[in-house]
Order: sequence, then structure tokens, then C-alpha cells
Amino acid sequence: MLSLDVLTPLAGELPLLVTFSGGVNWTVGFLTTAAIFAIVALALNVQWGYTGTINFGVVAFFGIGAYVSALLTLDPPGQFENYVGGLELPVPVGWVGGMIAGGVLALLVGLPTLRLRDDFLAIATIGIATILRSIANTQEGLVNRARGLNGVPRPLEGMSRDLSIDYDLVLLIMTGLALLVVFLVVRGATASPWGRVLRAIRENEATTQSVGKMTTSYRIQSFVLGGALMGLAGAIWAHRIGTIAPDSFDNLTTFLVWTMVMVGGSGNNRGVMLGALVVGFVWFGLPLIQEELPDFLGSRVFMLRRIAIGLLIVGFILARPQGLLAEEPRVSRFAPRGEGGGGSGGGGSGGWLGALRMRLRGRPGEGG
Amino acid sequence: MDVLLEVSGLVKRFGGHVAVDGATFEVERGSISGLIGPNGAGKTTCFNCIAGALRPDGGRVVFAGEDITGLPSYRVFRRGLTRTFQIPQELGALTVLENLMVVPEEQAGERIQESWLRPWRVAAQEREIAERAHEVLAEVDLGHEAQNRAGNLSGGQRKLLELARALMSSPSLILLDEPSAGVNPTLTLRLIERIRALRDRFGITFLVIAHDMDLMLRLCERLIAMADGTVLVAGDPHDVLENAEVQAAYLGAQAL
Repeated sequence: MLSLDVLTPLAGELPLLVTFSGGVNWTVGFLTTAAIFAIVALALNVQWGYTGTINFGVVAFFGIGAYVSALLTLDPPGQFENYVGGLELPVPVGWVGGMIAGGVLALLVGLPTLRLRDDFLAIATIGIATILRSIANTQEGLVNRARGLNGVPRPLEGMSRDLSIDYDLVLLIMTGLALLVVFLVVRGATASPWGRVLRAIRENEATTQSVGKMTTSYRIQSFVLGGALMGLAGAIWAHRIGTIAPDSFDNLTTFLVWTMVMVGGSGNNRGVMLGALVVGFVWFGLPLIQEELPDFLGSRVFMLRRIAIGLLIVGFILARPQGLLAEEPRVSRFAPRGEGGGGSGGGGSGGWLGALRMRLRGRPGEGG
Repeated sequence: MDVLLEVSGLVKRFGGHVAVDGATFEVERGSISGLIGPNGAGKTTCFNCIAGALRPDGGRVVFAGEDITGLPSYRVFRRGLTRTFQIPQELGALTVLENLMVVPEEQAGERIQESWLRPWRVAAQEREIAERAHEVLAEVDLGHEAQNRAGNLSGGQRKLLELARALMSSPSLILLDEPSAGVNPTLTLRLIERIRALRDRFGITFLVIAHDMDLMLRLCERLIAMADGTVLVAGDPHDVLENAEVQAAYLGAQAL
């Protein structure tokens, strides 16, 4: 998981810890990373949280978005490079291209596999991620193999220099805006009758079919929306990092996103963003306290954080399966809420804060 | 007789076991018919084959003059045939209200772009659907549970939710699988009235499976008796119940 260790563009050369002294730098870099992962988590939440579709190939959609966007915007290959594209298109075109690539990949993967039973789908998706990574690593003349793509253009870099604004801050603002738009898009789609059909499919596909819904079509739609958003996140990532290589898109990335969704609250859009922040903090924050730790731990911090992620998964499954913010009983934001206050078992009161309060009071909710 | 549903020579095998073995019967439009038979007679399997949950291995299902044999369940539903499940199949994580709101067809908001581009239209439609859902819930005494998760309902309430889901659509034929099991007697009586009223007012046809013979005699105008995957006899309820073959099937060999 090479690329994920890279919090600032310079971190490739400087050890991460150097940026710790400058806490602001680190915070800005971390928040940018968390925002990108929050987009991926929202995308997985559409697929898994709402529809119950297992996607263990998250990194494939993220990676293809990164590569397509890079290839669209890079300069033509130099003397020792060998890749297709290099079209020098503007970065926003790359982002859109990455998004389309993620969506198309989801369609191609989804059409034959979404009929599979859950466990087979899990194996199929993880296989696709591995296949794509192998192709990128070995196919000559495609994406420069394991040498990776370097010098992926960084949006608005010139502008930030002219205005002498810290470029990391510009990146954070851009990424934050992208996250906001993605959140609104996902919420618009899921907190609606469309999302209700998705959750119905997750709960009981046979029943959903028996009331006239063509469930396969909905499963594909949700898979494609998720894939496209993962592609977009990958594109943003590529332009932020500037250098991508096949091995930086390993399956551990997929499971990091899964952890974010599980910890944050599967089925709750705000929850999974919170999960991206919390899990991201564990993953990216642990290396920062390396020097504070006793030597025998400090030298193993990159293993320790894997253990920490594992503990998070196990801990949440056992103690809080619904995640930090449980999903709300009401799906469609257009459906009436319970009449204020009264009623037995009365459900959805007051958004995420209400949900949190309900959790803290230990009310039942039984997340999925 | 105006036949709405015609099942002929229906066969369904599970491995070596033949669950339905050439069942043939008809259901008259506007009637309330009952499907009876001992456990394992193949009644529910018949329902599953008719409603598209299972694909039959042989035979034909004709509904409203059209061959619907082997159509997937969402297509069968769209033609106006809806069913309830013997074992309640509620959508546990959805509220009771939204369990019903998911049912109506052709909702604008079920297309992903609509709630991005025309949320007001979706909102208006949702208000109508919610209103109708509240009416249906009141009919089956679940009004006070509207905002509860369906997974929190009791066993009997889940049966009522099954019925409510069927009533939420506008079908011409409803297949009811054990609608009264686990439902208290007072409410069962109201269900009978309600089913009759639906038939009288809207001409909805019912085919009911139940083991409660008292209920069947009160409700049905015609009974179809099955045993071992085939239809033994069909006709007037009292005649069917007095039929020697039917009694033998229920009571076993010692009755012969």
C-alpha cells in the first residue's frame, strides 16, 4: 500500500514524520486524503450499504479512474516511457474520463456477475482487481508497466503559485468541493424511492421482485453509480499524487474502504464519511506517533496499523455492528416521518444527530 | 364461467421429489376460491409456479387469457397478479410504511435521475403513495406501527403486513397463502369481511390457501382439494369436504 503512505507530494522524498512538526501541513494533507476516501466510501455505500452487493474489487474501479485520467492529461510518452494516450487534455476532462471509465468497468463487470450469489460475486470482484493490476504490470506499451506514470498534471498549480496560496490548501478545497457534490448526488439518489428499492433488494430480493421491480436492473444501476464515483475518486487521487504505479492499487486499499464503511455505519451516507475520517486517522495517523512509541513498536508501526484496522473490524462487528451512525429506518426523504415525539418504537427523528443520540441511548436499531 | 386463471398439467420437481404432479384447476373471475390439502400436497409450490417465483417443469399457466408460464415474478405482478407469502417476507430494515410505499408501480422517483432533477414531482407522488399506504395500514390494524421497522413486528403482524402489501397494488387476482395463521380471531373475522368487500367493490379475485376449515367455509365459494401434487376434486365447499378421497387424504389410510 505504497501510495497511501504518501500524504503530501513531497513525502515520496521526505519521511512522513518531517511533516509532523508542521501540524497544519499534515492536517491539510490528511483531510485531503480522507475526503478522497470518503468519496470511495460513499460509492461503496451505494453498492453494499444500500443494495447489499459485495464488491471486493473497489481498488479496480479506483485504479482505472486514476489511470484513465492520467493518460488523458499526461504529456505524450518520453524516450524511456511507453504508454497509450498522453493527450494533454485539461484535468477536469480527465476527472470525467476517470468517472466514465469506472462506470463502464462496473457495467462490464456487473452484467455477467450480478446474477451470482453473494460469495461468488465477492470472489469475482477481487479477481477482477487482481487481473487488472497484473495487466497493468505486465502489458508492454499500455500504461508503462511497473514503472508507473509520472508527472501527472496537478490542477490549478500555476494559479496557486501566482496567487501564492499554499497548493496543498488549494487541493484540499478542490477535493472538499468534489466530496460535497458527490455527497449531494449520492444522497439525492439514495434518499428517494430509488434508494428504497435498493434497500428492499438488500433485505429480500424475492419480495422486491414479487412487487414488480426488475431487481437486476437496479443492482446494475447501483453498481455503475458506485463504480463511476470510485473512478472519480481515483482520478482526483492521481492528480493529487502525481505518480501512480500498479502496485500502489493493492487489495488492502479495498479493505481499508470496507473498514471505513463498516466502522462509519453501512447504509448511512454521513456515517461512511465519518468512517473515512476515523479509519483514515488510524491508518495515516499511527505512523505519526512512531517516535513516541517504544522502539520495538515504533519500528513496526506500519504493521501495527494493519493490526489496528483488524481490531477495528472485529471490535465493531462484535460490539457495534451498525457502525458509529446507524442507518435510519426511513429511506426516502420524501416519505413522511413519524408524527413528532409520540408512537411506540417511533423511528426517524432528527437526522444524524438524532441517530447518534438514539445510538448513545442504546435504542435498538439493528443495522444491516 | 369466466375463467381468470387456468392452470393445466402443472409439474414441479425438486430433484427426485415431485412436488406438483400435473395439477389442473381453474379460478373464476370475481370468485373467492380456496386451495386445500394436507401438508406437502403442493399448494404453496403451485402458488410459487403461478406467481413466477419458481419456473414450472411442465404444464401451462394462463392468466386473463394470456400464457404467463415461467414469466419472472416482476412481470407476473405487472399483469395484475399478486401474492402473499406463507412465511412472511417483510423488508425488515424498512419501516412498515415504506414496506408498502415500495409497492406501487411506475413511481417517478424509482428512476435515479428524477430525484436529482425533479424532486418536487417525486415529493408530490410520495405524498399520494404515503396516504394510500396509511389507509391500507389502518385496514389491517397496523396504523400505529407505520414508523416501526418491519423487522420489529410480531409474527401475526407480519402476516398482516403481507396482506397489506398485496392490497397496496391494484391487482385483479390475489393469491393469499395462509393469511390468517397467527392472526387473532377477531381480526381474522375482519379479514374475511375485508376480502369479501374487496371482491364485491372492486371485483378482485382471490385464491386462498388455509388450513383453517372454518375460515375456508366462511370465505370461499369454491374449494380445490389437492393431495400429492394433483387436484383431487373441485367444487362446492361442503361437497368437497365430504368427498371420500379428500377425507382419506387428510386423515390418512386408516379412514379407508
